[in-house]
Amino acid sequence: MDIKILGSGCKKCITLEDRARKGAAELGLETTIESVHDPVAIAGYGVMRTPALVIDERVVVAGRVPAVEEVRSLLLQASRA
Amino acid sequence: MRWLRTSRSGHGAVLAGLVATWLILYRINESLWETVLFGWLGLAPEERLSETLRFFFYDSVKIALLLSGIIFVVTVMRSYLSVERTRALLAGRREGIGNVLAGLLGVITPFCSCSAVPAFIGFLAAGIPLGVTMSFLIASPMVNEVAIGLLFSLFGWRITLIYISSGLVIAILAGWVLGRLQLERWVESFVYETKLHGAALDGSLALTFDQRLQMGAEEVTSILRQIWPYLLVGIGVGALIHGWVPTNFFATYAGPRNPFGVLVAVGIGIPLYSNAAGVMPMVQALHDKGLPMGTVLAFMMSVVALSLPELILLRRVLKPPLLVAFFSVTGLGIVLIGYLFNALLP
Repeated sequence: MDIKILGSGCKKCITLEDRARKGAAELGLETTIESVHDPVAIAGYGVMRTPALVIDERVVVAGRVPAVEEVRSLLLQASRA
Repeated sequence: MRWLRTSRSGHGAVLAGLVATWLILYRINESLWETVLFGWLGLAPEERLSETLRFFFYDSVKIALLLSGIIFVVTVMRSYLSVERTRALLAGRREGIGNVLAGLLGVITPFCSCSAVPAFIGFLAAGIPLGVTMSFLIASPMVNEVAIGLLFSLFGWRITLIYISSGLVIAILAGWVLGRLQLERWVESFVYETKLHGAALDGSLALTFDQRLQMGAEEVTSILRQIWPYLLVGIGVGALIHGWVPTNFFATYAGPRNPFGVLVAVGIGIPLYSNAAGVMPMVQALHDKGLPMGTVLAFMMSVVALSLPELILLRRVLKPPLLVAFFSVTGLGIVLIGYLFNALLP
């Protein structure tokens, strides 16, 4: 599973990345986590408010930091799809 | 804010408890510090140092309380709005009406200047005119919701309305002027070629009320954690001004009749980079010592709306001539507002 965190490197993006890492570890998923800082690349995803969570090239959350439980269920959904 | 997540059933009670604590703290703040400093520590109230200390402690707690309350309420309310919806509302608008709408939406849309570039690209790629996009980008930091809340608490509704309306006028007019100047060729060309893959995800939809409350609580802790140094420096400077600068000092040297007052204030304000929260205690102290309101507002707007980090960010999408135009039109607007209110307000 390919996870991307879109964000300018602000505090919230780091929090989101931590939660994604934690969620993936708890579920025992094989993931790669990458931070995308480039604003132009971020705009390419159609995201206008960071941070955003992208799983396998699909934006699942934008503009807020979901709680760990929510991240976990998003990852679970994506892994079943 | 773990308890907010774990105690699913008792949210109402937790919230009520928090509101009550907030009200009590706000109520006892002043007498508490007077008791501690003048009663327990035996400082003389009329001495400058003790007055400076009292102002510092009292104001720190007061501003922290105000900020927590304002940020929480604003975040929860704003979780019902989104940049995506704003963009949809602006799509297909003509200039003029578009600028007005963009200014208004810029005030209420949840937005941080760190997302200025993706939003700029997203707006232009959706066919929204450059000038209308600029109105949004100017209004968003300039008429800041935290500044509105703080101004209202510290100066009352009249000054707050003046701040909101003048900020809006600047954003609307500056965006309109920039649009009229036909500066599209000074936008980096890739912006218009950006292909948006995938449908935009609206972050405001399908959230439970619990999630919105949690967002509010997290926003409060994250912002306070981020800005407390600015806040303490701002309140510290405010306290020093309060204690050591003679009354009417600014009225004498930078009063409404001084033609350079506003220019100097904006000149100092632009390189200073702080947020509304950090600058407000200073603003309050400056005004107490006789700095006229127009100069105060101009100073605050230039600190909040124009900054070097934003300039560097926007350079990614704007070529230098447009960047210069953006900054000078906005700066000019702020200066004019400053003079206008120095002339109008007593």
